Amino acid sequence: MAWIDVCDAEDIELEDVIRFDHAGRTFAIYRDLEGQVFATDGLCTHEQVHLADGLVMDDTIECPKHNGRFNYQTGEALRAPVCVNLATYPARLNGARIEIEVS
Amino acid sequence: MNIAANHTAKRDYSLTGPESAHAVAAGLASADWYHSDLPRKEMKALMRRSDQQADRDTVLWFALLILTGGAGAFLWGSWAAVPFFLAYGVLYGSVCDSRWHECGHGTAFKTTWKNDVVYHIASFMVMRNPIAWRWSHARHHTDTIIVGRDPEIAVMRPPEMALLALKFFGLPSAVYDLRALLRNAWGRLSDDEGDFIPEAEQGKAVFWARVHMAIYCGAVLWAVLAWSILPLMLIGGPRLYGCWHMVMMGLIQHGGLAEDVLDHRLNSRTVYINPISRWLYWNMNYHVEHHMFPMVPYHALPALHARIKDDLPAPNRSIADAYRDMIGALLRQRKEPGYAIRPVLPSTARPYREELHDVDIARES
Repeated sequence: MAWIDVCDAEDIELEDVIRFDHAGRTFAIYRDLEGQVFATDGLCTHEQVHLADGLVMDDTIECPKHNGRFNYQTGEALRAPVCVNLATYPARLNGARIEIEVS
Repeated sequence: MNIAANHTAKRDYSLTGPESAHAVAAGLASADWYHSDLPRKEMKALMRRSDQQADRDTVLWFALLILTGGAGAFLWGSWAAVPFFLAYGVLYGSVCDSRWHECGHGTAFKTTWKNDVVYHIASFMVMRNPIAWRWSHARHHTDTIIVGRDPEIAVMRPPEMALLALKFFGLPSAVYDLRALLRNAWGRLSDDEGDFIPEAEQGKAVFWARVHMAIYCGAVLWAVLAWSILPLMLIGGPRLYGCWHMVMMGLIQHGGLAEDVLDHRLNSRTVYINPISRWLYWNMNYHVEHHMFPMVPYHALPALHARIKDDLPAPNRSIADAYRDMIGALLRQRKEPGYAIRPVLPSTARPYREELHDVDIARES
C-alpha cells in the first residue's frame, strides 16, 4: 500500500468530484461540504460509466447515466439500478494536496 | 445517405435473439455515446435538485385528479360528466407516464421518498411493474434504440400504422402491460424481463405485480357489486380512454429516427410544444437533451436546451410539425424499413461521428 499524490484540494470544488487515473486504474475523488476528501473506484458498478460526471449531493454520488446512487464515503449502493457496493479507498489531505492509498 | 438504408428484412426486436448478439459484437451495447460539451460548473447547476417545483406540480396534479374524478363521479349518468372524465382520463392515463418517468430517474424531487412514492403511484396508474420498468428504462438509456438491446422501442420496423393508431386508445399496449403484470403476479418473468432484471430484483417485481393486481381485482369487484362501470372509469379505465396524450408525445420521442447509432441527435427528437402539454409531459419534449444528460431534472431541461441547442438539430416547431416529419418517415419505412430521418445539424454543431454509425452498412454489405 502506498499513498499516491492526486491533486491540490482546491482543484475540487466543495461537494464535487473529479476523475483520477493511476497505474491503469481510474478513481473518483470527492470533497464534501466540509472539505473532507474521499476516494472510490471511478466506474459505476452497474455499467462502465465514470462517476466523475455525476452529481454529488451531501454524502451521495449519482451516476450520470442511470441515476443510480452510492454513498461515496462508505461505498454503499443506495438506489437502483446499482446493487453492488462501490470500492472505497483511504484519502487524506497532506498540506494542500490530496492523497489516496491504493494497493 | 441514411444510416441503415440497406435493411430490408423485418428485424428481431427481442432481447434474446440474434440482433442482441449482433449489437454486442458490433460494440453497440453499453457503448460510449456522444455528448455536447458543457463546463462542469454549468452542468452542476443544471443537475441541482429541488423539491419546490415537483411539490407544486404534484399537489396540483392530485388536486385536479380529485376535482375532476369527484365531479365526474358526482355527475355520473348525465352528459355533464363527460368533460370531467375527459380531463380526468388525461390526468390519470397520460400524466402518470411523465411522473413515472421523472420519479423513476429520481430527478423530479430532491427528497428520495417523494420520488419513490410518486413513482409507485404512477407505475400503478400506467400499468407498469415498477421494478421491471425501472430496469427496462435503465436499459433504454444504456442502449437507446439499439435493436436487440432496448426493450422500449415504441415503433418497430416496418411500422404497422393501424397498430400505432390503436395505441392512442391504449391498445394493445394496456392489454400487454396487464398481461405482463398478471404473469409477474403469477411468479413468472418473460425471457426479455429475465434479461434486464437482475435476479436479486426479480422477487420484488413479483411482489409489486401482486399488489397492483390485487387493487385491480378490488376495482373489478367493486364494479360488479355496484353493477356499474364507474369504478373502472376511475381506476384502470383511464389507461385506455385517457392515454392519448402520453402516446401522442411518446411516439415522437424516437419515431422515424435512426436505429443502432451512438448519438442521441440521430435517434431522438426535441419538439417545441404548448405550455399545457409541457406541464402534462414534464418537459420530456426536450428529449435529445434528456437522453444526453438524464441527471438533469425536468424543470431544468428548457435551460439545458437553451445552453446546447447550437450543437443539436433544430427542434420541430410543434407537435403537428413533428408528426408531419415522423409520419412521412414511417410511411417510407413500410416499404423501406432501413430508412431513417437524418436530422440536419446547424453549422455551429459538432458533426456526427460517422465511424460510430457505420455498423449496419458494414454488416449488410
